[in-house]
Amino acid sequence: MVRGMALLLLFQFLGEVISRGTGWPIPGNVLGMVLLLIALARRWVKVEWIEEAAEFLLANLALFFVPAGVGVMMYFDLIAGEWLPIILATFISTFVVMAVTGKIADRLEPENKDGP
Amino acid sequence: MISGLLQTPLFGVGLTLLVYALAQWLYRRTHKILLNPVLVSIAAIILILLSCGIPYQDYAQGGDLVLFLLGPSVVALALPLYQRRRDILKRKKSIFVGIAAGAVASIVSASGLAYLLGGSRLVVLSLAPKSVTTPIAISIVEKIGGLAPLTAALVVLTGCLGAVCGPEFCRKLGIRSPVATGLAVGTASHGIGTARMLEVDRLAGAAAGLAIGLNGLMTTFLVPCLFVFFQ
Repeated sequence: MVRGMALLLLFQFLGEVISRGTGWPIPGNVLGMVLLLIALARRWVKVEWIEEAAEFLLANLALFFVPAGVGVMMYFDLIAGEWLPIILATFISTFVVMAVTGKIADRLEPENKDGP
Repeated sequence: MISGLLQTPLFGVGLTLLVYALAQWLYRRTHKILLNPVLVSIAAIILILLSCGIPYQDYAQGGDLVLFLLGPSVVALALPLYQRRRDILKRKKSIFVGIAAGAVASIVSASGLAYLLGGSRLVVLSLAPKSVTTPIAISIVEKIGGLAPLTAALVVLTGCLGAVCGPEFCRKLGIRSPVATGLAVGTASHGIGTARMLEVDRLAGAAAGLAIGLNGLMTTFLVPCLFVFFQ
């Protein structure tokens, strides 16, 4: 558990160094994920080393974003002032994405080649 | 003495874990998708803080400690992506094209609609990554200069919306393949949508899980590119 957590934080740190060093607008933790994916594929890092820590974090992922959501109470004024664009854009866009991804993926499915 | 205690991390961490554990218990007992544990916890904690007159800054002493774990969690998403690499490669065309189209559609439709409806620059920027899993969405929005808490709230709302309506919506559109349905709900509604798809169909759930990571990556690269035209 401790080794896995240390490795995950190390990869996050490496990603953070690249993100800040290059000034790319890509978050350090996402770069850390890509670096870890490369390290796993190249077998520099064994799955067993990180499995326990990674599974623990992913199983509780939902909990970690509760404080981020609570922070919205600081911005009630802004939301109250612009609730219409915020709510309409959120609702419509969610259904647009499901339609676009679902329809395209359905067409390209290997099993669906000769289907309608 | 008690008021001093509220300013220690013990309060924020303790309150978050306690409320979340109760919300999880409530969800397991009722199985009402609208009683999503994250949504219920956020609402309950805000209500508690407001009704007791506790400033957000006091809560954040501990809240930030819980939030910190989002960072290594994003890095940990590399594990399921690595484990499902064979499924990814076998269906690479439908997965990559479907998610990429959804990622572009999400950014353009969310930010574009907000812009057309007269939303401020802050709101338009904060909406851009709303279909991506929260840790990645927050990182993106902090990089481009939006409001992280607003994005976090919209990500949760988007997640609940896709989880509640996604499977039925896809059926009405005539999408029959479980992989396509999973990709659609996972791309639009990240982890909360994935949890719902796992209840409906295992293969659809796996596809949705894949979409969380891939959409996160694609949106991370797409948002800065698309917003070049926006400024």
